[in-house]
Amino acid sequence: MSSTGDRDLEPRGGDGADSDQPALEVSALRKAYGDTVALSDVDLTVDHGEFVTVVGPSGCGKSTLLRVLTGLEERFEGRAEIDGSDVREGGSDDVGMVFQEPRLLPWATVRENVAVGLDGPDDGRVDDLVSQVGLEGFGDTRPDELSGGMAQRVSLARGLAYEPELLLLDEPFSALDALTKYEQQDFLLEVWNRLEPTVLLVTHDVEEAAYLGDRVVVLGDQPGTVERVIDVAVDRPRERTADGLVPVRESITDALGV
Amino acid sequence: MATVRKRALRRPELDLDRFRWLLGLVVPAILVVLWHVLVTVGVFAPHQLPGPLTVATTLYSMAVAGELTGHVAITLQRVAAGILLGVSVGILFGAVTGLYGLAHDLLDPLFQSTKNIPSLAWVPLFLLWFGIGEGAKVTLIALGAFFPVYLNFSTGIKEVDRDLLEVAEVYDIGRLESLRRVVVPAALPSLLVGIRGGVGLAWMFVVAAELIAASQGIGFLLSDGRVMSRPDVIVGSILLFAFFGNLSDLAVKGVQRRVVDW
Ligand SMILES: Nc1ncnc2c1ncn2[C@@H]1O[C@H](COP(=O)(O)OP(=O)(O)OP(=O)(O)O)[C@@H](O)[C@H]1O
Ligand SMILES: [Mg+2]
Repeated sequence: MSSTGDRDLEPRGGDGADSDQPALEVSALRKAYGDTVALSDVDLTVDHGEFVTVVGPSGCGKSTLLRVLTGLEERFEGRAEIDGSDVREGGSDDVGMVFQEPRLLPWATVRENVAVGLDGPDDGRVDDLVSQVGLEGFGDTRPDELSGGMAQRVSLARGLAYEPELLLLDEPFSALDALTKYEQQDFLLEVWNRLEPTVLLVTHDVEEAAYLGDRVVVLGDQPGTVERVIDVAVDRPRERTADGLVPVRESITDALGV
Repeated sequence: MATVRKRALRRPELDLDRFRWLLGLVVPAILVVLWHVLVTVGVFAPHQLPGPLTVATTLYSMAVAGELTGHVAITLQRVAAGILLGVSVGILFGAVTGLYGLAHDLLDPLFQSTKNIPSLAWVPLFLLWFGIGEGAKVTLIALGAFFPVYLNFSTGIKEVDRDLLEVAEVYDIGRLESLRRVVVPAALPSLLVGIRGGVGLAWMFVVAAELIAASQGIGFLLSDGRVMSRPDVIVGSILLFAFFGNLSDLAVKGVQRRVVDW
């Protein structure tokens, strides 16, 4: 299933973006772990600056898709290209990933963890991010003293500090309470507006998928493949309660077969 | 309010913890008293086991005569040099085999099988190779210190959390930086465990070296005590080994606690 869609998407084109290449192009992707086929026949094209959310049942291959795109999975069939070059050809500087688990360096402070991808002075960027993910005053804390949700926000801040052109997020808000989750979602949108990266965000949360995405990709189960792609034609900034989001949520739920 | 109460609750607990280590002295103290009583009562003949006071007096008079300092100093010197050498070589080979699969496959089987050779078995060969000089002894001690350091550091590096290495890769930290910021800190706890084991073994090996081929050192005192039928010197030397062995272990433990504080 092609997911380019025919709608008129204004390319937001980040600075280094290659003019006519899509930010991200996956075709006929198949990834198996031994006998387990995690992904099969996955096609997906994402334009520069687009915000795409991915939903699907647990174990359908969402994390696997992101891993393929980061270049961490060397062996797969089909094509996976970022800005027109194969993900296997050397790590791209322009891809950042917020993993499903926080994966913080246990010996490093919150600030050092956030700054992991940066070389050289950060012009206060790190401190800004630490406070904007709600961890002001925890800059010198070690990860073992953080709660699960706090660790997840450090991991989010680390991804944002890197300022990649393609930002992959694997359920970045899953450990947060509802209110903190809303705050962090809006913070992510704010960063997206400011830096205009291309975003691919995996989530279990139907409401989140609809609220954040320009498009929602619904993955099906066993093996994971693109079930449906739903455009979210609701103007930004959006209200969480916007009428336009209701049918989107319904389509997602429908596609998930709930 | 809440914090005040928490603190009040915590206080006594903390104070108790501070003196907890004293508990470890209770049983040894009882044993020393028991030892003294048994010798005085005559359960042990003084020419086999002298009383604690006799041992203390012997050590004291040797110290006053300036005899002890030389023996202790030379042993400490050997142990320190052996540890320095053994730990350095252990770190080197541990790093190389931990980082490169090929080096591991080539070298690890050799080290794994030689580590089980008892220390004493090496002594004749080392005497033959290096003579009875300091070189032989330091090398023997270094050999003892080497294995735990090598084994632990190598495994520590190989077992660095893959998840964290992936983070380093995704965030393009670069090979050298990821060594410095991820691999080394992750393997540091294992390295320190290895160094602690290595220091322990260095003391074992120094006894082996000094018992057989030395004219100075605590180990020499031991064997000299046997030749001269001086059980007080023997027991005194054992206590000296116990004291310095524990001291060095405490030192490494202190470093360990300070460095691995996450
Ligand atoms: N390293 C691996 N080795 C073997 N099988 C794996 C591996 N990683 C993932 N899989 C399998 O691939 C499938 C997809 O896994 P993946 O982690 O991508 O799911 P997911 O959609 O992210 O699930 P969740 O929503 O629970 O995070 C699963 O069946 C899983 O068992
Ligand atoms: Mg997942």
